[in-house]
Amino acid sequence: MKQTPLHAAHVALEAQMAEFAGYDMPIQYKTGVMAEHNATRESAGIFDVSHMGQVIISGSDAVSFLEELTPSAFGSLGTTRAKYTVLTNEQGGIIDDMIVSRMAEDQFFVVVNGACKDKDLAWFEKNALDFDVQIDHLEERALIALQGPKSEQMLKESLGIDTSDLDYMQMMQTDELYVSRLGYTGEDGFEISMPQERAVKIWNDLNAHEAVTPVGLAARDSLRLEMGYPLYGHDIDDTTSPVEAGIAWIMRGRDDNNFFGAERILKEKSEGVSRKRVGVRLTGKGVAREGVELFKPGTDEKIGVLTSGGFSPTTQAAIGQAYVEAEHAAVGAQIDVRVRGRNIEAVIDKMPFVAAKTKTATKKAA
Amino acid sequence: MSNVKYTDDHEWIKIEDDTAWIGITTYARHALGDLVFLELPEVGRQLNKGEDFAVVESVKAASEIYTPVTGEIVAVNDNLADNLDDLKEDLDKGWIVKVKVSNPEDLEGLMDKSSYDAFVEGLD
Repeated sequence: MKQTPLHAAHVALEAQMAEFAGYDMPIQYKTGVMAEHNATRESAGIFDVSHMGQVIISGSDAVSFLEELTPSAFGSLGTTRAKYTVLTNEQGGIIDDMIVSRMAEDQFFVVVNGACKDKDLAWFEKNALDFDVQIDHLEERALIALQGPKSEQMLKESLGIDTSDLDYMQMMQTDELYVSRLGYTGEDGFEISMPQERAVKIWNDLNAHEAVTPVGLAARDSLRLEMGYPLYGHDIDDTTSPVEAGIAWIMRGRDDNNFFGAERILKEKSEGVSRKRVGVRLTGKGVAREGVELFKPGTDEKIGVLTSGGFSPTTQAAIGQAYVEAEHAAVGAQIDVRVRGRNIEAVIDKMPFVAAKTKTATKKAA
Repeated sequence: MSNVKYTDDHEWIKIEDDTAWIGITTYARHALGDLVFLELPEVGRQLNKGEDFAVVESVKAASEIYTPVTGEIVAVNDNLADNLDDLKEDLDKGWIVKVKVSNPEDLEGLMDKSSYDAFVEGLD
């Protein structure tokens, strides 16, 4: 099993370790999932996400390359700005989801899922043959996420990095670090890419602050679930399209069909889909997990299946994401979720389940 | 305490006459993490040795609880559903079900306290 540069730090913190994406990763630390989750919502959490793939795509064709591999527009993306998108396959399914940040006119920093990075790199390399682009896998870099309302202050106090002028979905470079104001929790926060030999010191410097809590993958999952963010391999995969997944907004600015899967995706966009990704909130007692089937209330008519599910510490309710038949996908619709043969009442709910507090979202609310 | 036995699935069993009170050990409780829901069985259900009869849900995952004895459930501790903190090695409040033991030989081979403690020691 592979290890991140922070493996020894996790073991020293007595983390429960388990395999994820081929790496021995911290699932939770001594404080436990609930405390880690709440610490991120109320103060600041640090997450080792060095298993994720970091790639630089550069060259005079970088924009057209990205616009063939994704349904998103990159020509209009300003330098330093970041964008969420997906790699689509020829059938309009999703190969992976990723964040793309424009470092320069012809240079993009891409962060992909750890479990998908080998597949993604092969896909990049295969398609790069037709373009003037270069693919550089930054295997020697680590990635730490710092998330929570105190993140900006922690970054300043622990690492001396001033991000007061950095917007949501914007990246800055300082002292070999790529600091991006974004994340997977819905809180204000950052993902910090760094040369791997500096990871332990940066982790320890952040963790030394009393307002910072190390957070494992279990709370990372409950945090993203509350935000309704899809998890690749569960809520999106190579059979689900961006339209079915409810993320067609990533196509803003594209009015052409020169991307993989355009035929299906554009057809679905204009004619609609037969199934949709929705939020599910249990109103009866219990918890429903991935794979649980959904039924029309009081019947055996199956209308969908949960692709993620768990307990939401912030709302104190069991929540999940599901694909349901479009006619049953209206927010507020009553459904039954069948857990181990027992029906639990639930409702189709809007996502996010918890309001986002990212920097832009906070500004808008003010 | 001599009438309390343990399984390698981290259940404790208090034996009183022909009835087994079954709960989970404090070690199991800690391993499960933050519990959010307990699914209890119904009185009268017939259990076979090794069968799961209850499910505890934590933030992370669902975990089943198994019976080490065959028999009928004669009581269910409904209080636990709203008092999940009691779900541990608390012989008065932490039992999940009482099972009328059909085959007393099911109890042979279960661990006593010192064997269980040694077993847990070996896990860490």
